[in-house]
Amino acid sequence: MGVKLLLDKAHVPGIRFFETYRKEGGYKAVEKALKQMNPASIVEEVKKSGVRGRGGAGFPAGMKWSFIAKPEGVPRHLVCNADESEPGTFKDRYLMEFLPHLLIEGLIISSFALGSNDTYIYIRGEYAWIVDILEQAIDEAHANGFLGKNILGTGFDCNIYVQRGAGAYICGEETALIESLEGKRGNPRIKPPFPAIEGLWKRPTVVNNVETLAAVVPIINMGGDEYAKIGVGRSTGTKLISACGNINKPGVYEIDMTISVEEFLYSDEYCGGIANGKRLKACIPGGSSVPILPANLLLKTAKGETRLMNYESLSDGGFASGSMMGSGGFIVLDEDQCIVKNTYTLARFYRHESCGQCSPCREGTGWMEKILKNIDTGKGKMSDIDLLWDIQRKIEGNTICPLGDAAAWPVAAAIRHFRDEFEWHVNHPEEAQKRNYGLAHYADPIHVPA
Amino acid sequence: MSEQPLFKVTIDNITVEVPAGTTILNAARKIGGDVAPPAMCYYSKLEGSGGKCRTCLVEVSKGSEKDPRPMPKLVASCRTTVMDGMEVKNITSDRVIDARNGVVEFLLINHPLDCPVCDQAGECHLQDLSYDHGKAGTRFEFQRRTFKKHDLGDKIQLHMTRCILCYRCVFTADQLTGKREHGVLDRGDHAEIATFIEKNLDNEFIGNVIDVCPVGALTDKTFRFKNRVWFLKPVDAHRDCPTCSGKVTLWNRGDEVYRVTARKDQWGEVEDWICNTCRFDKKQTSDWVIEGPRLIDRHSVIAQGHYAGTVGTNKPKETFKAVHAGRQPKLLMDIHSVSEVNQPNITLSQLDRPAHSTDFKQNKD
Repeated sequence: MGVKLLLDKAHVPGIRFFETYRKEGGYKAVEKALKQMNPASIVEEVKKSGVRGRGGAGFPAGMKWSFIAKPEGVPRHLVCNADESEPGTFKDRYLMEFLPHLLIEGLIISSFALGSNDTYIYIRGEYAWIVDILEQAIDEAHANGFLGKNILGTGFDCNIYVQRGAGAYICGEETALIESLEGKRGNPRIKPPFPAIEGLWKRPTVVNNVETLAAVVPIINMGGDEYAKIGVGRSTGTKLISACGNINKPGVYEIDMTISVEEFLYSDEYCGGIANGKRLKACIPGGSSVPILPANLLLKTAKGETRLMNYESLSDGGFASGSMMGSGGFIVLDEDQCIVKNTYTLARFYRHESCGQCSPCREGTGWMEKILKNIDTGKGKMSDIDLLWDIQRKIEGNTICPLGDAAAWPVAAAIRHFRDEFEWHVNHPEEAQKRNYGLAHYADPIHVPA
Repeated sequence: MSEQPLFKVTIDNITVEVPAGTTILNAARKIGGDVAPPAMCYYSKLEGSGGKCRTCLVEVSKGSEKDPRPMPKLVASCRTTVMDGMEVKNITSDRVIDARNGVVEFLLINHPLDCPVCDQAGECHLQDLSYDHGKAGTRFEFQRRTFKKHDLGDKIQLHMTRCILCYRCVFTADQLTGKREHGVLDRGDHAEIATFIEKNLDNEFIGNVIDVCPVGALTDKTFRFKNRVWFLKPVDAHRDCPTCSGKVTLWNRGDEVYRVTARKDQWGEVEDWICNTCRFDKKQTSDWVIEGPRLIDRHSVIAQGHYAGTVGTNKPKETFKAVHAGRQPKLLMDIHSVSEVNQPNITLSQLDRPAHSTDFKQNKD
């Protein structure tokens, strides 16, 4: 049994409500932070903890906090990114649905540390019922003096507002989120200036993922150094993984990043193995935008080491033979799944969600989708595969925001690892409509130059 | 002004000194010529413009004197400010050329390639860009995205099929006029420029959106399909206008004024915004005081002939070899130097017989 810091109380009946949460030891971290610590020491603790942003990029949260500009007389803001729209990721939903007070507690501490008196939760529009849960939690916190004016007699004022998005994936990108929060069209801004200098209403702003902010509570409770002892290397603390796909036990799991992918996938404590006794074909380990990995590269790195569920190990080997931790959306594909169809589905998603601001992403995502549709429906040509590769290469890195990269990586990885499946689709257009290419030789280790 | 520090920035092996806060693009424009990256969405007069089309991507091979690390990604030169000692590669970088070719291809896949029937042909920035960077054929084998034409009022027509979503017209309407006139609806490759439920654009300065449009998406209905721009003679003129500066370019054929536009500089940007009255209503020569011929260098087709090479005096001459690093770029204007037929130094009237191809050969022996 691994360490649980976030979900340890998730199954206590009524933990959603203030009284139960308080009885179970909740809001102790707020008392400790506001009464015994000052903003600088909280930032220092978070830095020491080494907690990395849980939203996907994995940027150290303490570092991000220390970048915030502090001009005289300008309010600062903390924004909680609850716009969890990545296909395959649903960890924040679980956290907010069952432990809303954990998030509120983390938000109060973080607001105190950053000097934000008005803090916003930007929540995905589709999570309509969670808005009610959060607002109820905020009301309860207000009634008990943890929010509002002069919290716990410390003179610190803080209000939390919940803002619903309107159903755009792109608004999960922090600058697009800020634009949307300001009431504008959710187009990502051109960086620099980064939000820490010029964010919401041109004020210094920090945008953090739900899970990152929730993790602040155990960090304050146990101290940054203790928190950093959990996990391996630079992957400290615990991480929520939302596992889905062809597994026996889909769901949200908290792991301490020391377990291997094999253990996570096959042990009964976590995913419980591949459903229906099938074999593993491939896996997208960090949400739809990270590169897909074939079975052999998922369980072992190209160097032959056991792959662990943490930031470093999952990205071992770069994109040639590795992937990314991403946002922790663990999507498992069994031998019956078609990689071409899977890639087409993802390309369709990114085409639909591209904001249309910069040309490579706007035009490139649509083009890739059309080509993949042709290959999938048996109208593809052999040259289309090279064309796809060329298109993704020209999108990646040339766009304003990471959505371009996120659209390019899945296509690139699918072609890199499963090129013969694409070729089989082109060569056997009729057969491809009836059956799947199957496992082929992906269980065999491939040679990766050192 | 107090002492402002000057930053040294080297672009394509040419060093220039610019004030702090200048963007790479503007520094490159100071050098001029082919060193300046193309810009489809950036417009120096519009706040917030730029960064969208990605044609101006450049490689920063040295960040600054203090921090010489190169930037990992290509950056949009129109929105990246220079640092002291920065070294930038534009046309000397194969990565940049490759990425730019990709961007041009992306811009063209949904753009109708019907320049012969497009009103913008001859002064279209996308046309120029695809001459320089485009491929002869397309790899896009699908139906192109199309939209219906919309009339935004009785003077301006919007044809979204041609639009490349540079947002220039949106910024123009926002910044020149008092209220928000139009914006972008929808998302991704089906995004479109639109007014609020087909409302008209109604403002004294709204005609300027036609001038800022880099392609033929916004056209002047008082001029549309009346004539091709390369048949018209641009002349500078002015009038005493109560609302705007009154400094315009008239596009004449004979004595007839076909259209009135604002004056554009060598980067295709408007020098002074003009009002709708000047643009749409004053189409008599008697309305205007003629100043003289307008010199145009930027655009491909209208610049052919006697207008070529008369503007843009700040082209780098001495460092041409250094700039191109041995490569021979495709120069649209230099048709005379490669063509054996179209030699400007041969006067046909001096021949006493019909011209033969041998007359045009430079080395006749």
